Amino acid sequence: MEFFVDPSRCIGCQACAQACAECDSHRGISMIHLDFVDRSSSPQTTPTVCMHCDDPTCARVCPADAIKQTAEGVVQSALKPRCVGCSNCVLACPFGVPRYIPALDQMMKCDMCYDRTSAGLKPMCATVCPSGALYYGSRETIVQMRREQPTNTFVFGRRVVTTKVSLMVSANTSALEVDIASFLPSPEDPSAGNNPQQVAA
Amino acid sequence: MTNRTNPPPQSPGFPINWEDEHQVTRRTFVTFLLLLSTTFVASTGLIGLLNWLRRRQASQLAPLRIAQLQEIPIGGVTLFHYPTASDPCLLIHPSAEIFLAYSQKCTHLSCPVLYQAAERQFYCPCHAGRFAVEDGRPLSGPPKRPLPRIEIKVTGDEIWAVGVQA
Ligand code: SF4
Ligand code: SF4
Ligand code: FES
Repeated sequence: MEFFVDPSRCIGCQACAQACAECDSHRGISMIHLDFVDRSSSPQTTPTVCMHCDDPTCARVCPADAIKQTAEGVVQSALKPRCVGCSNCVLACPFGVPRYIPALDQMMKCDMCYDRTSAGLKPMCATVCPSGALYYGSRETIVQMRREQPTNTFVFGRRVVTTKVSLMVSANTSALEVDIASFLPSPEDPSAGNNPQQVAA
Repeated sequence: MTNRTNPPPQSPGFPINWEDEHQVTRRTFVTFLLLLSTTFVASTGLIGLLNWLRRRQASQLAPLRIAQLQEIPIGGVTLFHYPTASDPCLLIHPSAEIFLAYSQKCTHLSCPVLYQAAERQFYCPCHAGRFAVEDGRPLSGPPKRPLPRIEIKVTGDEIWAVGVQA
């Protein structure tokens, strides 16, 4: 069983966020968030769950030793007594996952519903997503069902990040290269924000 | 995609792996040692402070009548409590004209000591501690400090306890 995210299928219904917020372990606060891809020109949204990096940057930068990775590769949310709310992880995560919750002075992030997935259940968001943007199941099934293929390799400049969660990308793509500099607005092109380049397989 | 950098090695003191958390690191161990020795130093200081307070109080104790002279024969012993009802003491009469009094609490672990007139010693049955009759100094066994001496005063034919020499 693996987790696959296909942002192109997201219809912005917020069902995942509502389902996530109902969980007893973080009641009322959703650990998944929907981001607008380019709000001025499109209603397209994309769901953001933790990608569960093999070498989690968030845990690397935590000065309080608050983020732990389980043997299954699931990166847990901050340990409550340890997190000092410094937001290092929020800034460091290449996928923009951790959120600082000011009311609690704590970071909270998606832990792939560890209580459920460690017991063989699907994460809450994947059980409610009506369009299949969030899919939890076997790799064979999704490869058969979809035209896209999953990748879990992301290239940020000189750093390659591999993750437990896969992203559905076009069929001939092996890794997703993200040119961070091109996302920064420049004086010539204030609307900069190109699509990530796809690296041919 | 050239010139990739390898991720820096993980600090063994702060493992990212959940399981490795259970390993005790040197830092944790040293912190534990530090806290432990701080506790020892602090509690020793506290004991010293309490002893000092007790000694200060001991100089202003109310006298207590223990016994009549003729009630204790030579080689005899009598139990009394001084300065409070929970401080058992022994008054002994080792030889003519000589009366001595000591706390009955062994200075090792507070077992009551017994007077052995023939051996001229106090004997603690708990761990075989022995104290001299003349001045209460420890003779053998675990005790390291002398038995506290009770100051006595003979008024007429009555013996009074008037103070404690810690
Ligand atoms: S996606 Fe972000 S929050 Fe999740 S493991 Fe990677 S660095 Fe941490
Ligand atoms: S916000 Fe909390 S979990 Fe994140 S880096 Fe700071 S201390 Fe660690
Ligand atoms: S208590 Fe007296 S010898 Fe230990």
